[in-house]
Amino acid sequence: MANTIKDRTAIVGIAQTSFGKGIQDSELSLACQAIAMALDDAGIAPREVDGLVAFSMEDGREVEVARNVGLGGITFFGQVGYGGGAGCGTTGHAALAVASGQCEVAVAWRARKRADKGSRPWAQTSNRIDNPWQWSRPWGLLRPVDEIAMLTRRYMHEYGATRDHLANVAIAFRKHANRNPHATMKDKTLTREQYMSARWVSEPLCLFDNCLETDGALAVVIVSAERAKDLKQKPVYIHAYAQGIPPQHQTMTNFFCEDPLAGPSHTAAKRLWANSDIKPADIDVAQIYDAFSPLIPLSLEGYGFCKRGEGAAFTDDGALEWPNGRLPTNTSGGGMSEAYVHGFNLVVEGVRQMRGTSTSQVEGAESCLVTSGEGVPTSALVLRR
Amino acid sequence: MATTGMILPGLEDPAARPFWDGTARGELLVQTCGACGVKRMPPRPMCPACRSIDVAWTKTSGRGRVWSFVVPHPPLLPAYAEFAPYNVIVVELDDDPSIRLVGNLVESADGAINAIDPATIRIGEPVRVVFTQIEDVALPRWVRA
Ligand SMILES: [Zn+2]
Repeated sequence: MANTIKDRTAIVGIAQTSFGKGIQDSELSLACQAIAMALDDAGIAPREVDGLVAFSMEDGREVEVARNVGLGGITFFGQVGYGGGAGCGTTGHAALAVASGQCEVAVAWRARKRADKGSRPWAQTSNRIDNPWQWSRPWGLLRPVDEIAMLTRRYMHEYGATRDHLANVAIAFRKHANRNPHATMKDKTLTREQYMSARWVSEPLCLFDNCLETDGALAVVIVSAERAKDLKQKPVYIHAYAQGIPPQHQTMTNFFCEDPLAGPSHTAAKRLWANSDIKPADIDVAQIYDAFSPLIPLSLEGYGFCKRGEGAAFTDDGALEWPNGRLPTNTSGGGMSEAYVHGFNLVVEGVRQMRGTSTSQVEGAESCLVTSGEGVPTSALVLRR
Repeated sequence: MATTGMILPGLEDPAARPFWDGTARGELLVQTCGACGVKRMPPRPMCPACRSIDVAWTKTSGRGRVWSFVVPHPPLLPAYAEFAPYNVIVVELDDDPSIRLVGNLVESADGAINAIDPATIRIGEPVRVVFTQIEDVALPRWVRA
């Protein structure tokens, strides 16, 4: 095998701001607060940071972040695109940079304010478009939820998935949020009856199939495995990392290729597991990107936890629920019930599970899969203790 | 020209223009490689099968089947919210089922996108293209065949 980055880097600092709606601080301010706290968590001085990896959608640019947080000279910086597909991507790029000697202390982060310009691109589209959205939006397929609902209806048709399966997902993540004092939905329970009587957003998807709308920021700090041994926190090793764009993929409106239900997770999974000694059957806990509930069964199939078409049934019998499910998933509440910060909270919760500090801690968990957006060019991480 | 507030093609993408010129003539065209004949939609400059940039356009029968559909509810852009809930369908073409297009199921070319009861729409049901003139664009939509 090629010279992979397996276990050569570790996440040694994590942090998050509070989550909410209508937070006054700017995206840049939130980003800087999260980064400063993550460095403090790691016990690393800001002047030691020499690597930065951002979401391409990020409002606060690298130069602004570096000037505010007082970072040292930056020798590696880069961006990962496609919104929710980038959470593991930024972290993985930071690991690649550290492992290859381009920098020694790298930070990846995401700050997001739903009310800010650029956070809801679909609502700001001009009336005349010459980009690929001209093949879907004129007919009223306007929002991400509409695009994923189209794939969901087809998935239900092909494999017999039902709204009860989607409810399994929403209810499991809500239960985890109810145990997490930082989760937006900490105090709001969700019953199957509430799910079934919720208002539609885009049939066949209802309100509770959608992620939250959140202001907030999170950051992670990555160093070499050697450096990690001497720091404040127990290291969480980046065991494997991959990105994925499948052949003939069209982002979000992936209706035009030969096999629309074999999404980006299928492509990322091939590289991820090829470079990993830990296999799907070994994974103790998962954080799976959940902008919409149907992305969970699609991702379970893509990452090989079950066969094609079996992802919906996989969610039965509390399979995703802490503590007794076969694969406790989104143990902080995820994007649907903790916070939606483009999936970056899934990376941070994956680290907490490996540190043993989750509010829904899987006892003895040694490995965690973290994934980013299914339906867009994506990325994934295998973390281990 | 009065704008409807709907999102419409700008008609300035050179790869897409022949499609929209076709709909204006009442023809549903699909982009076809000028070298190897493989069809592809949405249109793009290069054939992914043979790397040719020679492009032809093939007229289709305008018949297909519903591949999937959704029913959006608000919040939506105002020009669409006034019709919500309405249907959006994806159609696979009879001539080449690997080619799929987004559309609406309507009762006639000038029918409203919310006129058909969504509970009656079925994946697999046959449809036929019609063209609705909106501003300077002829938008393909579909009626039951
Ligand atoms: Zn060709």
